[in-house]
Amino acid sequence: MTETSKTDNSRRKFITAGAAFAGLGLAPGVHLIQTAQADTSPSPKAVTSDKRWGMLIDANKCGDCTACITACNKEFGLEGGQSSEGNKARDTQKTQYIRKVELLNKQTGHKLSLPILCQHCESPPCVDVCPTGASMKRADGIAKVDMHLCIGCRYCMMACPYKARSFVHEKIVDQKPYAPRGMGTVESCNLCVHRVDEGRQPACVEACNKEGNKAMVFGDLKDENSAVSKQLKKHSSAQLRADLGLNTGIRYRGI
Amino acid sequence: MSKIQYSEIEGNSKGFYLVLLVLGGLVGLGALAAFYMEHNGHWVTGMDNQIAWGLPHVFAIFLIVAASGALNVASIGTVFNKYLYKPLGRLSGLLAIALLAGGLVILVLDLGRPDRLIVAMTQYNLTSIFAWNILLYNGFFALVAVYLWTMMDRSVGKYYKSAGIAAFVWRLILTTGTGSIFGFLVARPGYDAAILAPTFIILSFSIGLAIFLLVTLAFYQGTNRELGDAVLLRMKNLLGVFVAATLYFVAVFHVTNLYAAEHREVEKFILAGDSIHTKLFWIGFVIVGSLLPLLFLYSKAGKSRTMIILSSLLVIVGAFSLLYVVVIGGQAKPLEIVNPNEWKVVSSSFGDAVDYHRYNPTLAEFLLGVGGIAMALLIVVFGCKVLRFLPVSLADKVVDPHAASK
Repeated sequence: MTETSKTDNSRRKFITAGAAFAGLGLAPGVHLIQTAQADTSPSPKAVTSDKRWGMLIDANKCGDCTACITACNKEFGLEGGQSSEGNKARDTQKTQYIRKVELLNKQTGHKLSLPILCQHCESPPCVDVCPTGASMKRADGIAKVDMHLCIGCRYCMMACPYKARSFVHEKIVDQKPYAPRGMGTVESCNLCVHRVDEGRQPACVEACNKEGNKAMVFGDLKDENSAVSKQLKKHSSAQLRADLGLNTGIRYRGI
Repeated sequence: MSKIQYSEIEGNSKGFYLVLLVLGGLVGLGALAAFYMEHNGHWVTGMDNQIAWGLPHVFAIFLIVAASGALNVASIGTVFNKYLYKPLGRLSGLLAIALLAGGLVILVLDLGRPDRLIVAMTQYNLTSIFAWNILLYNGFFALVAVYLWTMMDRSVGKYYKSAGIAAFVWRLILTTGTGSIFGFLVARPGYDAAILAPTFIILSFSIGLAIFLLVTLAFYQGTNRELGDAVLLRMKNLLGVFVAATLYFVAVFHVTNLYAAEHREVEKFILAGDSIHTKLFWIGFVIVGSLLPLLFLYSKAGKSRTMIILSSLLVIVGAFSLLYVVVIGGQAKPLEIVNPNEWKVVSSSFGDAVDYHRYNPTLAEFLLGVGGIAMALLIVVFGCKVLRFLPVSLADKVVDPHAASK
């Protein structure tokens, strides 16, 4: 009996010591979480659902111009802008927020060059499937990734109907302050949210209108006086994979 | 039931330490592979922006599906009152926990940011089937642990039945969740089917039982304990039923898809293409993994242990092939962003124009997967060494249901 209680005591001591160690281990983490959460107060210019940002792309005007892609790569320091360490990733592993897809109509022989980017869906599958909520949609319709919450599971890449997402396969250096890209996380076009919040146009749209064929119109879909709304009212337009019912923010003419 | 004696395995032979050494070595290699991938980034793997989930996911899903299936033996005893299976309940529970742990280790170590596991555990997006799965996995560990406790400690034995039923229901939901990871992907024609959930459940029955048979035979052979034909042949017949049922569900999935014009391209690619997926499907899954085991298990020679071992191994090969086709093959066809019947994609910088995306897994991905399997087996061996999971004898006279039910 005495022997048994001795054994029990030692086990109790062991467990107590273990708990103390675990506590010591956890304490700095709890402190870090507090620090990390300290700066999450809402911005004075909070984003609201009064706006919905969107874009109309006229595929007939686009041609073989790639000004939008160059501008996007430069804006975010993507692989085209040489911001990775050593540039080790294969071509199929490199990030592309916007790409050109050349199409040929099988029946009519009509050719199209379609810029494809994140379609900023009203009901984005990437947001639905993300386990941590890193894939998110702002109240103003911009779908983006919170790169601090992304665990790199790539489920959003499986879910996106447009293959708009890329996984960062290698170390990134010289990130832009407004785009904290990092190895092991997923990323995609965020409609240049840093520019939009300052009242500017996304880099691709700006480049398209300056150097390109003026095929892109960006603006607030909820404002009937915006250029994009006027164009959408005047011309018929289409969504990619409209059958999925995602109500995309990016619309196309000429497809 | 009270007549069944359990004991730890002795575990001091050379063979035992050799097993530990081999499994430990494989776990070590897996850990090194994971470190290599995480340190360099995923560019060192065969995965890319087209095939975002690669070989580690095939291993992980295989083990997770197997885990819920391995619990079946215990469930048959507890929930369906088959006394013959009751002595095996403990091993069944332990194997279930171990396989799930092995699968999850692979899944976590393949994340882009495994260091953010705490984020996955604290931030739940409840519309995500993945987030549900995290809850389901944790719940499975807890429920099976309690279930094992009710099996092994008489003082809580009265909760045995309730714990067993809870664990059984939970495992069905868990595998539904695993299948739905793919079933809910509406944008990909290779997935997007409700039948994937029940298919995964029936697949789990067959992989779980095949692994259970192999582990049981290995333990009883290795420790010179008696294993009678009564229990073994019952499980062998059941394995055949599960294999046939899996084949049926997979057939219905593909036939249904063939009927829909929008899925025909993908079906043509999987069933009649020239890629590895077609070979893995027909040779790996249908012939080697289903038809041959069925032939062996129900032939006259099927009662021999060699045939049971061979069939179980083939079932595992078949299931692995099927999961490879589901996970990798499902991503291999470029997404149909425009109607493929109307438009031909001529070129794209992001892989939209290829006939299918190639994937060449690297050694690191393979070693990570094998490391997960080794870890699962190591947990089982360690568990059997320290606690009483294994019946001292499973001789026919010991497990005879008529004697046991009295």
